[in-house]
Amino acid sequence: MKLFEYMGKEIFAHNGIKVPPGKVAAGPDEVYAIAAELGEVVLKSQVLSGGRGKAGGIKFADSPDEARKLAAELFGTDLKGFKTEALLVEKKIRIDKELYLSITLDGSARKPVLIASASGGMDIEEVPEESIVKKHIDPEVGVMPHFCREVVRRLGLAGNVAKEGADLLTKLYQVFKKYDCELVEINPLVISGEELIAADSKVNIDDEARFRYPAGTPIVEERTALEKKAHEIGVSYVELDGNIAVMANGAGITMATLDIIEHFGGKPRNFMDAGGGADSEATAQAIEILISTEPKVILVNIFGGITRCDEVARAFVRVRESAGIPVPVVIRLSGTNEDEGIAILRGIGIESYSDVREAAAKAVEIAAVS
Amino acid sequence: MAIIIDESTRVLVQGITGNQGRFHTRQMLEYGSNITGGVSPGKGGQEVGGVPVYNTVAEAMAAGGVDAAVLFIPAPAVKDAAFENMENGVKTIVIITEHVPVHDAMDIMAYAADKGITVVGPNTFGLISPGKCKIGIMPNQIYKPGTIGIVARSGTLSYEIANSLSAAGMGQSTVIGLGGDRIVGLSFVDVLERFEADAETEAVVLVGEIGGNAEEVASDYISKMTKPVVAFLAGKSAPPGKRMGHAGAIIERGMGTYDGKVAALSGSGAHVARLPWEVPELLKKAL
Repeated sequence: MKLFEYMGKEIFAHNGIKVPPGKVAAGPDEVYAIAAELGEVVLKSQVLSGGRGKAGGIKFADSPDEARKLAAELFGTDLKGFKTEALLVEKKIRIDKELYLSITLDGSARKPVLIASASGGMDIEEVPEESIVKKHIDPEVGVMPHFCREVVRRLGLAGNVAKEGADLLTKLYQVFKKYDCELVEINPLVISGEELIAADSKVNIDDEARFRYPAGTPIVEERTALEKKAHEIGVSYVELDGNIAVMANGAGITMATLDIIEHFGGKPRNFMDAGGGADSEATAQAIEILISTEPKVILVNIFGGITRCDEVARAFVRVRESAGIPVPVVIRLSGTNEDEGIAILRGIGIESYSDVREAAAKAVEIAAVS
Repeated sequence: MAIIIDESTRVLVQGITGNQGRFHTRQMLEYGSNITGGVSPGKGGQEVGGVPVYNTVAEAMAAGGVDAAVLFIPAPAVKDAAFENMENGVKTIVIITEHVPVHDAMDIMAYAADKGITVVGPNTFGLISPGKCKIGIMPNQIYKPGTIGIVARSGTLSYEIANSLSAAGMGQSTVIGLGGDRIVGLSFVDVLERFEADAETEAVVLVGEIGGNAEEVASDYISKMTKPVVAFLAGKSAPPGKRMGHAGAIIERGMGTYDGKVAALSGSGAHVARLPWEVPELLKKAL
């Protein structure tokens, strides 16, 4: 889950990391009031897309009147497909130098990794490798003072800024752990006189740790309505723009099913991984989601392991009896309790295939003619 | 031979009295796995399919020894269960559970690395050395003993491929699922090294997918291998920025793309199948 900048900054401030004074506003008049309090301000569109500055989502204002005028332009602007619904209004700070700092997961090393650079303010991908400080963090050890001193030295910080830098690293790692983060990023981290200030925040929190988020952790809903409904029944669903609805069990086989559909010249309507071990009731709800997208055909590709083919077949019986199935269904069943599943489906007039190639080709053919 | 598990492996099922635990214990027993015990706190003294249930891993260890443990445990409790096994000397841990928090996974892997413990998963179907031992949730009937090693990030896709190999008369030495999460215990390279050293394995099938850089890292090692590798990757048609079910399966900032992975693997000398059913043909040619 990605947090908005202002949410990340609230977490930072709450955990002792300095951020510019500011408030979030939902309309131009609120912006005016905040600017009247703060003086010279920067207005920042709260959207979850990168490259916001280049897209025109950040503006500077010298007076409350100017702030209100610029805010009126920013609200409702479309930034790379995201609408600005909130503005963060912050006091303009003195910038002596911009740094980059983040902690994220390194899947290859199976450890957190700290990435820092004295060239901040731009995309870290564009910073040359030799000016990046990259250090893995052993989760059994954490971030110790000596670790911080070394990072700060390599960034070339001195005096009080070095001291603040070491302290900031410790606190940032604490945030990373405490909130189950996948990423905490400050870009730019600003040297402002003798102080270090987080001028931006990117905080991504692990969805799987929701059961233990600290009290007050904000929740951001990124899913579409259908994706949300699917999530509630334990199904992983992503909307696409074709006309062949797809359900399979397992992320890999679902992706491969989409690839096979495209290979035969078809277009998938969605990615739906019905997961492992779903019972017929959950599967029936998943089928209803597929039907609601009004596809030309539904292609089901089940290779049963933890998922039992008979449960999938019973789900189709259930949906047919309750709501009906208004579109053709092409189904491939293989694996655990396959024979039982095939027999149940035959009972309601659905022939199943055992080869995904034949099933996918058939589904593409139906989508093309109907 | 085979890798990691064989007929001598004594298996403990943690979470044996839950729905999934019960069902898959029976399936594993039917397959012939040597399951010597189960653990469910508070359920000690019961039996599941004739397997004794203990309250703790220490108790199971004292009763008859454990070489490998398989976890059918809810995600929030996985970390505790994994550490219970590791601290009691279990050398191979198979974590079937999905939705394990990544910070828990990192803690588990750091400890495992220190102690030389092999962790398979989380979010894996497990592993099987056909005809010898199965630890996991894969269907029993699709594997045949043989000489092909399979290493996969994804479960069902590997079933598809194992099934097509068996149908083509190509049995498997060991089939192993790394798991679909971003933090998992084994990398492709860890497993490729074991297959390269395994006398029984003649060729390897790598089943990967978009996202992350595991396939790119594997390519460096594949170029040094003596045994042929055939690769299949899922996610060719996936749009960037959309997470395709697996936590790791997402193209971000242009990284982890299908084309990049195919180029890396082809460059290393691996044979890349564009569609799953091409895998047996490519293997035949490579052998």
